[in-house]
Amino acid sequence: MGRVVVEVMPKPEILDPQGKAVAGALPRLGFGRFTGVRQGKRFELEVEGEVTPEVLEEAARAAEVLLSNPVIEDVVRVAPVEADAATTTLAGGTA
Amino acid sequence: MGRVGVVTFPGSLDDGDAARAVRLAGGEPVRLWHGDADLKGVDAVVLPGGFSYGDYLRCGAIARFAPVMEPLVDAARGGLPVLGICNGFQVLCEAHLLPGALVRNDHRTFVCTDQRLRVENAATAWTHEYASGEEVVVPLKNGEGGYLADEATLDRLEGEGLVALRYVVPEGGRNPNGSARDIAGVANAAGNVVGLMPHPEHAVEAGYGPDPRTGTAGTDGLRFFSSVLRQLVS
Repeated sequence: MGRVVVEVMPKPEILDPQGKAVAGALPRLGFGRFTGVRQGKRFELEVEGEVTPEVLEEAARAAEVLLSNPVIEDVVRVAPVEADAATTTLAGGTA
Repeated sequence: MGRVGVVTFPGSLDDGDAARAVRLAGGEPVRLWHGDADLKGVDAVVLPGGFSYGDYLRCGAIARFAPVMEPLVDAARGGLPVLGICNGFQVLCEAHLLPGALVRNDHRTFVCTDQRLRVENAATAWTHEYASGEEVVVPLKNGEGGYLADEATLDRLEGEGLVALRYVVPEGGRNPNGSARDIAGVANAAGNVVGLMPHPEHAVEAGYGPDPRTGTAGTDGLRFFSSVLRQLVS
């Protein structure tokens, strides 16, 4: 089984109220060095078998048609999940 | 008597009130089901407010692909009058029947209020019984009602008179959800498709609509529905 990760972010010029709310909460918890937060979405699409270029191409189309709204969001990443291992490790706190 | 379809999606809330508004305006409401690709021969369609599909992914993003939307998008492009209210407006934007998008209110709180609006375009299928520039009061209730589009699109909407309704903002105040240029509703170029965040269907019967202290009879929304019914007759 292969997996494709798709990441979608609000366009830079669009106000991101969720990110703003998180940015407001961080200093209250002692995380004072972060001057801004933008919140996006991460999708993991599963496929039978390997992640081929055709799979990635279809994931990119799905990202444009359904997973994002191009008026307010950008698709910033479409990649096989293997290439994402470093990020996963970091998120797990073991790096 | 005009037959006006009202679509029910999973999570629609205001379909009952929309049907009631059609009836009070003298039309025959026809309930349409999201899962049926069938408009039942109606003369016009209302996409009601609510939280279709739980607002998952983005407001209106899943509803846009419901089976009923296939014939609806074709019919709307062919001139069928379609009104999208609140979540229905979000669905129309996601379906690209109207430009722009609705995003979370800039103040991050749900807003629920009797809202004063100005009718900017009184030539659409849904607003022609209003006077251009007339002010009306109808309820507004949403968490994601901020209307956004890029500057070129906003300029085009203004230039072509496609801003259908605007929030009336007190001197020095702000509109209720951070909408660009105080836009509350927009129309397509043909004027048959209109979307707005406020709820005209909640202001159709005295005593059940906006507070009398707003200085209105509480029935300011009724003419959205009588407008389309009148157009169908003529």
